[in-house]
Amino acid sequence: MKRFTAQLRTEVMLTLRNGEQLLLTLGIPVLLLVFFSLVDVLPTGTDDPVDFLAPGILALAVMSTAMVSLGIGTGFERSYHVLKRLATTPLGRPRLIAAKIASVAVVELVQFAIIVPVAYALGWSPTAPNWPLAVCAVLMGTMAFAGIGLTLAGRLRGEINLAAQNGLYLVLLLLGGMVIPFSKLPNGIRQVAHALPSGALADVLRDALGGVGTQPASSWIVLSIWAAAMPAIAAATFRWD
Amino acid sequence: MLVAAVEVNGLVVRYGDLEAVRGVSFSAEAGMVTAVLGPNGAGKTSTIEVCEGYRKATAGTVRVLGLDPATHQRQLGERIGVMLQEGGVYPSARVLDTVRHYCTLYGKGADAVELVEQVGLASRSKATWRRLSGGEKQRLSLALALAAKPEVAFLDEPTSGVDVNGRDTIRGIIRTLAEGGCAVVLATHELDEAERIADRVVIFDGGQVIADGTLDELRKGHDEIRFRSSPDLDLASLAAEIGMIASQVGADEYVIDAPPHPRLMAQLTAWLAEHGHPLTDLRAGSQRLEDVFRRLTTPAADTTHTDGAA
Repeated sequence: MKRFTAQLRTEVMLTLRNGEQLLLTLGIPVLLLVFFSLVDVLPTGTDDPVDFLAPGILALAVMSTAMVSLGIGTGFERSYHVLKRLATTPLGRPRLIAAKIASVAVVELVQFAIIVPVAYALGWSPTAPNWPLAVCAVLMGTMAFAGIGLTLAGRLRGEINLAAQNGLYLVLLLLGGMVIPFSKLPNGIRQVAHALPSGALADVLRDALGGVGTQPASSWIVLSIWAAAMPAIAAATFRWD
Repeated sequence: MLVAAVEVNGLVVRYGDLEAVRGVSFSAEAGMVTAVLGPNGAGKTSTIEVCEGYRKATAGTVRVLGLDPATHQRQLGERIGVMLQEGGVYPSARVLDTVRHYCTLYGKGADAVELVEQVGLASRSKATWRRLSGGEKQRLSLALALAAKPEVAFLDEPTSGVDVNGRDTIRGIIRTLAEGGCAVVLATHELDEAERIADRVVIFDGGQVIADGTLDELRKGHDEIRFRSSPDLDLASLAAEIGMIASQVGADEYVIDAPPHPRLMAQLTAWLAEHGHPLTDLRAGSQRLEDVFRRLTTPAADTTHTDGAA
């Protein structure tokens, strides 16, 4: 347990002390939330844009931490032989992976502790929010995104991995129903967007927190498939050096 | 019966079609520095990685402290210290934080502050890895290996990229480690390194062990006399006088493969004086390790280059 907590401490410390990571995990989500809540230009279809945005931004926060932050960090740890070095200590691979998962959870807690109050301050008023269901969605989203991030990190070299994670982040953000409503996407692209983990997570979160999901039942199925498949693919393809 | 700390027997490591290690056997004992010496690509790192439990052997057996590293990595992880050839630390991690982290991971009660001091990084405690010089990085890596209070230490090129003072610090620490009873296995491509620090040398080339022994054993029977004089000595005349053949190895450098017997030395210098040649340098005795290495890895008539070998 001591080793696990030591590793967790190091993981969290390195993430929170890294400026780029902070910008990605906190800066961008909070900025998008505040900006588009105050500047009502998005075709959100809700009376108050924050009612549409808040769940989408929570989904974005999950994606930025579980996929991009974890993926970029792990990718560099691979290129810098950090993973190899740790593999020869008594920490062991299972505990290393557990510490990484726990560190993602800790960072997500920090994100939510900031984003949720900010959303309420901006006038977010979800009708009958089902928080346990939202937590369940966040867990599944975390699994799906961590799987995607680690699949890329486990194969691509440092800089290429960095570019790929950032590119994918942008695509999933735009097509994910996080800030742009599905209804505004062209028909063919909308079908793709609904099949993406970002779209599915935003949709189920929006449904759990206010009952304004587009197609929650199929989004839960899509999210479950991503959550089950991606960690398995990551585990099967990951290279430690 | 004394069991060696590290026993490697008939080890083969294959990457796809490439056979990096081809039937290697050697052992390393507690309290000794064993240098695994060879050109880059000779199979040293692959061999060490199998010993660390990091890489699977294709064939052969490896025992570290009597255990198979492939199946007992966790148990061995607590007893072995490792220094990778490069990297191993996250660039934004600070020196003291990193050492403290590894002290906790190993759980042997090593004191992080003391270790940082021991490797001479006390003034850099708060620096991040990316701000350290090459030598400082190597010293931090060494501190991480020491955090294990290891019974066996695997050090891969511990002084590469390190300046002269840094090398002395690192070598001093490695000697102390061995004197404390640790079996140190050190991979290096630098002959000088092996010569300065090792009790035993295992020479690798092309994925195989081509020589193995103490420095004295490796040099034994290979005494020579090496001297510099005019570039155009009449070697036939010299051979007739001293009864030995001298061979020209440089523009003005010559070698006689013989022990430095006083009579022979007298004959040689007398001949040079008689023929009006200078004597600008004269060394006699056992060959340097470099010469042993050359003799073993590059046969005289062979023009192929050994460095590129897998």
